[in-house]
Amino acid sequence: MIFKIFQASEVETLFELLSVNRIVGPVEKGRHVNGSTLYDFDVVYDFKDLKLDYGQTIHSAKNYFLPYRENLCTFTFENNDWQKHVDFGAYQAHVFFGLHPCDINALNKLDKVLMGDLYPNPFYGAKRSNMFIVGHSCLPTPSCFCHSMGADSVLGGFDLFLTRMEDEYMAEVRSARAYHILERLETREATHEDHLLFRKTASEKRSLFTCEVDTSDLTKILDMEFESEVWKEWGDRCLSCGTCANVCPTCYCYGVEQEVNMDFSHARKVKQLYSCNLVDFAEVAGGHNFRPESSTRLKYRYYHKHRGFVEAYEESLCVGCGRCGEACLADITVPEVIASVRGSEK
Amino acid sequence: MMDNKLQFIDLADSRGLKNDRPGIAHFEYSYKAEITNVYPLTATEKLYQIQIIDPKERENFNFKPGQFVMLELPGIGEAPFSISSSPIRHGDLELCIRGVGKMTNFLDRVQRGTRVGISGPFGTHFPVDKMMGNDILLIAGGLGIVPLRSPIMSVLENRSRYGRVDIIYGAREPLELLFTYQYGMWKQFDINLDIIVDKADDKWTGPVGLITEILQKRIDSGSYDDFRKKTYAIVCGPPVMFQFVCDMLTRAGLPMERMFVSLERRMHCGRGKCCRCNIGSTYTCIEGPVFDYWSVLNLKEAI
Ligand SMILES: Cc1cc2nc3c(=O)[nH]c(=O)nc-3n(C[C@H](O)[C@H](O)[C@H](O)COP(=O)(O)OP(=O)(O)OC[C@H]3O[C@@H](n4cnc5c(N)ncnc54)[C@H](O)[C@@H]3O)c2cc1C
Ligand code: SF4
Ligand code: SF4
Ligand code: FES
Repeated sequence: MIFKIFQASEVETLFELLSVNRIVGPVEKGRHVNGSTLYDFDVVYDFKDLKLDYGQTIHSAKNYFLPYRENLCTFTFENNDWQKHVDFGAYQAHVFFGLHPCDINALNKLDKVLMGDLYPNPFYGAKRSNMFIVGHSCLPTPSCFCHSMGADSVLGGFDLFLTRMEDEYMAEVRSARAYHILERLETREATHEDHLLFRKTASEKRSLFTCEVDTSDLTKILDMEFESEVWKEWGDRCLSCGTCANVCPTCYCYGVEQEVNMDFSHARKVKQLYSCNLVDFAEVAGGHNFRPESSTRLKYRYYHKHRGFVEAYEESLCVGCGRCGEACLADITVPEVIASVRGSEK
Repeated sequence: MMDNKLQFIDLADSRGLKNDRPGIAHFEYSYKAEITNVYPLTATEKLYQIQIIDPKERENFNFKPGQFVMLELPGIGEAPFSISSSPIRHGDLELCIRGVGKMTNFLDRVQRGTRVGISGPFGTHFPVDKMMGNDILLIAGGLGIVPLRSPIMSVLENRSRYGRVDIIYGAREPLELLFTYQYGMWKQFDINLDIIVDKADDKWTGPVGLITEILQKRIDSGSYDDFRKKTYAIVCGPPVMFQFVCDMLTRAGLPMERMFVSLERRMHCGRGKCCRCNIGSTYTCIEGPVFDYWSVLNLKEAI
């Protein structure tokens, strides 16, 4: 692994160098009622708009690689026959500037499902292969618990990762593309002092977490507490609105619909991201619903993230970004739900 | 500054479809197929003969009994259906479909000659090869006979390789019985076929009652040792039914790993991507639809 050090002010030069491409990064999106600034990912044209010191964005960046709505194919009809046309929906490379470790980890997890050996998904793959990722270090917000989920640092899946250390950045260079771009910046080699400073920065960050989840034996506990009353209590609070899945960086479930245009010359097959909390998620033709109660649907979301995915990949599908808890209108947060299932509520 | 322009990586050789399974451009590929014939079986179910048009693709379409396909009607919908024909017929498929929703009701009105898309085959299968040399019990309730028809044909085609073969089939009333025209043939192949209905009509001369009554007789006629060592069972039907049947078989000595059921869930992709089919967090389209009963017991929310 190659490390380089450069002055914090040089990050603007890096942005300018990359700005011949489309850059997506954290920008300001107004104010919360409590006065704090709200952030979201968007296309950035001017370095001044890029807010690298953001806490957390409202949404994850997934719309850029798992669009909320996407055409899977179009059909043209002619002479009682049809032709199918497919377009994977990727046309250019994107730079993602300022992704935090949780969001890069989320991508790495999605890669396992969507780019694995079994039916790899070209719609995701085509966009994922064209992401140049510049990661950026962060400080814990009151609602994030990435440390508990092992997602507070990231081992790969990016081109460049920038850790802010006092007035400088330590850059971890992960691709030849990133290496060549860094050659045009004024950088120096990392020294032993830098290495020590890196460790100090990391341990300072760890000490700032206020929110935690105990994941020990969680897969087993979830199985034992499958019939627990607490699911019903959370279910009674849940509005089944699907907002949590909407903002989550790792929720990828979807539904498919077909639409015909007015003159019957074309049709489209459209994929729409869905949420397992929505009432008809597991409903089949004829009206039978495998999860009719909001509690069974909410429980299922936790099962998928904290049990099923762990069994399949030995890691959780939740990165602890805290977005779902922040966005939930019923104040349902992952740390509280898990604590109550474990029976360790205060 | 042009060299900072990131090169676009064309993941799958530009946009488009390719029949290069398991390559990435295969994801949305569907075989163009034609509905060559439609037979009404009952008031609500029809048998559709569907042929993959390209002879090479048809020949290379290989599946195992119990697997399913996604059937696509462009502009209308796409849904999973068990293949109901024999594997030796490759891409000359038969699907038995009940009209229940948007696409299936549309299908109910289509003419022969209609062009459709087929993708798959998907999912796990009944291990008919492993069952060779053993007695086989095939138990179906209602529409559950549909996924059973493919293993039945497979067994018929290799009759000498199996021991005693029993089919026990229950339906609500005689008019709902499927594949009536084939019962004679099944019997000619030395298969014990027992059919029971919940409610008889004027013409019905067979038994009336629950499937479990027939099963009890079958159990009583065999020994515990035969069940323990040389019997396999395939059970398809509504969850309450297969649970009841499987529990009876367990008590009769049949090990849970030798009982297979086929589960049904909502499906939007068939490829382990949409999560609509998950039971707990198991993908029914990948790890199912065929499960052994031991696995079913371990799936939360399966029954
Ligand atoms: C593995 C498997 C095998 C099946 N085999 C058969 C068969 O051989 N014969 C038969 O008649 N039916 C079968 N079904 C059920 C069949 O898929 C549904 O009847 C069909 O999806 C209804 O579609 P629709 O558009 O008419 O209904 P709508 O209610 O309009 O459904 C819209 C969409 O929801 C999904 N959906 C709804 N109900 C189901 C369901 N029960 N299962 C899966 N997806 C569903 C489909 O994607 C469907 O296109 C099978 C289901 C599964 C999972
Ligand atoms: S947990 Fe919250 S955000 Fe998620 S569906 Fe329920 S109410 Fe909506
Ligand atoms: S479940 Fe919530 S905390 Fe976990 S990754 Fe998704 S949005 Fe973040
Ligand atoms: S049907 Fe989409 S994941 Fe199984």
